Amino acid sequence: MSVEGDQRAIRCLVAKVGLDGHDRGAHVISRAFRDAGFEVIYSGLHNAPDEIVQAAVQEDVDVLGISILSGAHNTLIPKIVAGLEEYDAFEDTLIIVGGVIPEKDKEPLREKGVDAIFGPGTPMKETIEFVRENAPER
Amino acid sequence: MSTGESENDLVTQLLAGKHRALARTITKIENRAPGYRDLVAGLHEHTGDAEVIGITGSPGAGKSTLVDKLALSYREEGLTVGVIAVDPSSPYTGGAVLGDRIRMASTTGDMDTFVRSMGARGQLGGLSTATGDAIKAFDAFGMDRIIVETVGAGQNEVDIVRTADTVAVLVQPESGDDIQMLKAGILEIGDVFVVNKADMAGADRTVKQLSEMLEGRNDGDDGWKPEIVETVATSGEGIDDLLETFAAHREYLESSGALEEKARARYAEEVRTLLREDAGHLLEDELERRGGIESVVDRIAAREIDPYTVADEIVTPLERCLDAREETPPHR
Repeated sequence: MSVEGDQRAIRCLVAKVGLDGHDRGAHVISRAFRDAGFEVIYSGLHNAPDEIVQAAVQEDVDVLGISILSGAHNTLIPKIVAGLEEYDAFEDTLIIVGGVIPEKDKEPLREKGVDAIFGPGTPMKETIEFVRENAPER
Repeated sequence: MSTGESENDLVTQLLAGKHRALARTITKIENRAPGYRDLVAGLHEHTGDAEVIGITGSPGAGKSTLVDKLALSYREEGLTVGVIAVDPSSPYTGGAVLGDRIRMASTTGDMDTFVRSMGARGQLGGLSTATGDAIKAFDAFGMDRIIVETVGAGQNEVDIVRTADTVAVLVQPESGDDIQMLKAGILEIGDVFVVNKADMAGADRTVKQLSEMLEGRNDGDDGWKPEIVETVATSGEGIDDLLETFAAHREYLESSGALEEKARARYAEEVRTLLREDAGHLLEDELERRGGIESVVDRIAAREIDPYTVADEIVTPLERCLDAREETPPHR
């Protein structure tokens, strides 16, 4: 009897970490995700890493999208990863980063646990496809 | 955590206070994932201690800001708080932007305020079941206060707030909300009416209108008369009054026996909902075995058979089974 199943939606947290005040990109991606049928939780501007961890854990998101333009990615993102690990949430959360990340920083970020980095000009479709294909099976 | 995680483990971890387990439990409830029923069943005996407050009102009335301030006040009293924020989903894509978290600024970073956003996902009637089950998860987890926040726009929302012990309806001054609320039938369900943004011009008028409308409300018993409280959620003004009113309503519920009555009515409704759902699925399967709805519709359209006869044909065997069981009662 199939009483259960099939109410699943991909849940994403779109987060702005740190001090930069530009969230146009975050808005655009939130809308695109929504139109793709995802449930998007947007956390607003100026989040501290522990706030993002709290939201990601409580909302049990499949995908954490971090938008960052300030250049502070090397200090802030590892803090988020560490927080997710603390709550056993790192393993099954897909972490993607959007924004301006210098080429030399990309590999170290991936080693720290970031699954994908999308720079400026990335077609929305590409990001959505990546999420569809890589959102963790739960 | 994705594999080998039995419902029992999840219940154990939830009861042990693991935030991740609570979050995962609510996800399973929302997704109606395999095993979610066992999960909710396992929680039941650990529930019954939380006080549940429902907050509803039209978009822009300041619900999230008020919820944020309430949560903060409860936290200052040393209580733990669970918040369920329900937002509509797109009927076309199923997608949603669940934006209430942004306004929960006072409590960010505090894990003892657990905010969970839920999308409506176009479930007909199913959302109130999911919300009710999520409340149980929070309750079993040990939350002292649970706040359910939803846009008051229709029957679905009315159903959701019925899962709460105390229902607060938010109104903002001079917005034509009085008429909107009459439409939605929300006037009937509020225990407390909050005129938020009470610093705005026209707040007095709204309070007056509201009290006139509530005068005309026909309550069956003369136990609780709905209260009107004025607040300015952004500044926190009036929050203490509101908390006192909530406490007074709670006191009334407990001393009058209405709380127990409410709970009993909820359990009855829950059982009926589950029965309808299960029986519906059984009958759906039977319909499938008989060639599916399309072929039945073909025959109805061709005037070979009528809908009543079809329903009768499908239900009768079930009826016979149950009758036969009545003659030989099952072992207890």
